[in-house]
Amino acid sequence: MYEWDFSILLNYRWLLLQGMGITIAFTAAIVIGGMAIGLLAAICLLSRFKILRALSLGFIEAFRCTPILVQLIWFYYALPILMGISMTPTMASLLALSCYGGAFYAEIIRGGIVSIDAGQSEAGAALGMTPGLAMRRIILPQALRRMVPPLMNQSILQFKNTSLVSVLAVPDLVYQGQMVAHDSFRPLETYTAIAVAYFAILFPLTVFVRNRERKLRTS
Amino acid sequence: MTTSAPMIEVNALRKSFGALQVLKDINFKVETGGVVALLGPSGSGKSTLLRCINLLVVPDDGAIRVGTTTFAFGPTRKPPRTRELAAFRSRTGMVFQNFNLFPHMSVLQNVMEAPVYVRKLPRKDAQDLAMAQLEKVGLSDRAHQMPETLSGGQKQRVAIARALAMEPEVMLFDEATSALDPELVSEVLLTIQQLAADGMTMVIVTHEIAFAREVADRVVFMRDGVVVEEGPARQTIDEPRMEATRTFLSHFHKGQMPR
Repeated sequence: MYEWDFSILLNYRWLLLQGMGITIAFTAAIVIGGMAIGLLAAICLLSRFKILRALSLGFIEAFRCTPILVQLIWFYYALPILMGISMTPTMASLLALSCYGGAFYAEIIRGGIVSIDAGQSEAGAALGMTPGLAMRRIILPQALRRMVPPLMNQSILQFKNTSLVSVLAVPDLVYQGQMVAHDSFRPLETYTAIAVAYFAILFPLTVFVRNRERKLRTS
Repeated sequence: MTTSAPMIEVNALRKSFGALQVLKDINFKVETGGVVALLGPSGSGKSTLLRCINLLVVPDDGAIRVGTTTFAFGPTRKPPRTRELAAFRSRTGMVFQNFNLFPHMSVLQNVMEAPVYVRKLPRKDAQDLAMAQLEKVGLSDRAHQMPETLSGGQKQRVAIARALAMEPEVMLFDEATSALDPELVSEVLLTIQQLAADGMTMVIVTHEIAFAREVADRVVFMRDGVVVEEGPARQTIDEPRMEATRTFLSHFHKGQMPR
């Protein structure tokens, strides 16, 4: 029988906390970046110009239909060669994860926008609003309320997806965990602790999303 | 009869949705301060015509003038720009069958929204203006409630105040009472009647024949995308000249008999 000894991890607490800090900061950055990309892609999807719709759809499908791990590696090794630029692992990770998230956010945002009754934009137009103003003041604020639960679900996935940046040696929680496991010869304790840490952060969020969804259904 | 130019002029207007011709060569005028009721069976094109007047529906051919702004349409003409459309619509008020209040804003915010963001009035002025319009429709005491707490009739009166807050040259009503419970119809009709008395130029699409007879000075009767008959309201409703008008009105009188 294996003898568990979590106390060993205390020696590495700063390393692990640092990793957690990077994971959280990464998530914040790719959620914000992804939503900006997703909003842009959603607005292009709803554009009356065919070229914008096609470009947006191409972007979304390219990122939805390839694995995020392949994208990360591609952004780090292939893109710099093709573009003749150099990229740090952090930059490549942020870009790949934001685009990946953006592709999924775009569909959620598009769905939220079209779910708002056409009479709302008509009323805005009849009052002399340009489509852009009506979108900003009338449609988006209403759509956003409906979009919060699915956007948060996707962001929870994004939080977990940051674990993949360890393959590019970005020192996130998983990467630091690998270091700790190697150093301490205690991989079971290390990875168990890491799993618990992810769970402790995400579980309250999933409960919150569930409550929001229930509230939206009843209202 | 006024001698000044009409406030609204519609010339040779045509509109098709796909293969369906909804408006076929429509001509009509509304005098300044005039009230015209558009009557006709559903599918006759009256709602589309109303939506063409503020260009919520862009016509295929013909011309529309409201006040001093003229738009001409045709296969060789460029469609109006987004900004021109918006500026034009800001001077025409429209009230919809389903109210279309903004549910995420209070009653007051609904009425202030366009004055602040379209007319770019200072917030204080917009608020005074909005309160004055709410006063006019008798709902200033509801200013801080959310639309969902109001009855249908109150919602529609807020929608009227919201349109009035843009101080439009004309008001367009698209079956403004059709979605209301019968007991709530009269408060909205009274509000519209008050506007007519104040001299607002209005085009009203309605199924309330008795109201049209009372408030409108002219009626335009449409069927299958053409104007079948038009004339002074009472005369046209009481003694229609055309068979189609008689048939339509007779259905109506039958429908209203139980009262």
